[in-house]
Amino acid sequence: MSDKHAKHKSKYTLDRQIPGAFEGETITRRRFMTGTAHTAGGIAAAAFTLPALGFAVGPIFKSTPHRWETVGTVDQFPDNNYIPVVVTLTPGIGEAGKATIYVRKFNPVLDTDRYDLDTKYIAITSRCAHLGCPVRWVDAAERFICPCHGGVYDLLGRPVGGPPVRPLDRFYTRVEGEYVQVGPRFSVNSQLRRFSPRDPGEPLDGIGQYLYPSRPGAQKL
Amino acid sequence: MPKLPAPPLPSALKAPPPRPGEGNGKAPTPLEQAGGAGISVVDWVDERTSLSGAARWLMFRKVPKGTNWFYTLGSATLFAFLSQAVTGVFLAMYYRPDPSGGAYESIRYVTNDVFLGQFVRGMHKWGSSVMVILVFLHMGRTFFFGAYKYPRELNWVIGVVLLILTMVMSFTGYLLPFDQRAYWATIVGVNINGTGPLVGPYLSDFLRGGSEFGATTLSRFYAIHMLLIPGLLVALIGAHLYLVTKLGTTAPPWVKAEQPTELRETEV
Repeated sequence: MSDKHAKHKSKYTLDRQIPGAFEGETITRRRFMTGTAHTAGGIAAAAFTLPALGFAVGPIFKSTPHRWETVGTVDQFPDNNYIPVVVTLTPGIGEAGKATIYVRKFNPVLDTDRYDLDTKYIAITSRCAHLGCPVRWVDAAERFICPCHGGVYDLLGRPVGGPPVRPLDRFYTRVEGEYVQVGPRFSVNSQLRRFSPRDPGEPLDGIGQYLYPSRPGAQKL
Repeated sequence: MPKLPAPPLPSALKAPPPRPGEGNGKAPTPLEQAGGAGISVVDWVDERTSLSGAARWLMFRKVPKGTNWFYTLGSATLFAFLSQAVTGVFLAMYYRPDPSGGAYESIRYVTNDVFLGQFVRGMHKWGSSVMVILVFLHMGRTFFFGAYKYPRELNWVIGVVLLILTMVMSFTGYLLPFDQRAYWATIVGVNINGTGPLVGPYLSDFLRGGSEFGATTLSRFYAIHMLLIPGLLVALIGAHLYLVTKLGTTAPPWVKAEQPTELRETEV
């Protein structure tokens, strides 16, 4: 043991003075058995934990396919007032998957920002951008009003009062024949520039779009 | 290790009367035989498990001078938890975690049509508020009495984890009736989680099981509320109680320790 640190430790157990060593043995039988038992135990444990973990975490990465839903005919929607329609956001769970959205026709006088010019219809979500309560369009005040914490939005969905951090989300729209169809949701920042859909409460201006990344499950638009 | 003296037994569990041939020389009457049944059963189990030693260690432990009613808050919290567990089991026999109407309907059935259903559901609902209040009072008592100091730091850490688990139970259980209040409160709660920078969106996705409130969200909350957290709670409460018994309770801070006689200043 005196020159243990002087030279490289040999890989043969015989040279390391381990009792019971055989000629040419590099690993003791005890160590081999212990290692095999641990490895087998680890594989068995992984066999049930990894699928369970994947099961729990998997839905985060699942992306729902884009759906287009008809909401009305082309002459049903004015350009200065919103018509509420009910759409199915999440199919398969009945009433809990439905939501109200507000639809109107594109108004060249009001919708002046450059990101909007090719949209024929504007569909705005009723989900408040503060924490997700359903907002209500009040025609007399020309505002969206949130009952939960007093958020107020103007005709374009931009917050003019209360705690909301960004404008209301919108939906893609298209015209098929004489029907107006509503598609996937997207989020906007205060300049109404489009982003992948985010959760309420996540600001998108400046650093916000990096601090609150779009998640794997949300459709990348 | 000195043995604790045997505690005084209630009369139903006292030693059986003298055997036949001893005492008055007569066979034991049926009444005397029935009287000995209780202690015989306990003896039978104890001989095979040594549980009476553990029971004495848990229950007949020494407490310091000055122990007062504040020290009952921990046991009160445990009692509230057991009440929640029992009422929760009975509610689970009727509840259906189905977001397309079954959940709401099953709770309506429990409240209106099941015998004492409204009572059991009320106990569970109010019991959760009672438990949260007691948990905070118990935590406050432990803090203000300095009972978190050495060697009880680990117990304090376990207690904080228990507090967090209790909050998670409240949050997940709130969604289960699946009425308007439950649904929107959960939407708001999950979105509050989402406002944390960087990890927020992933955390809210994990809670919801996706980027939208979907078919599996209610089932997820139900599984967390029924299986995952209660399991963790039982394990950690067991650890918490073990540490309390092993380390003993502290005296209140206003009770001063007596000085040994050698160090006391001599009277002039």
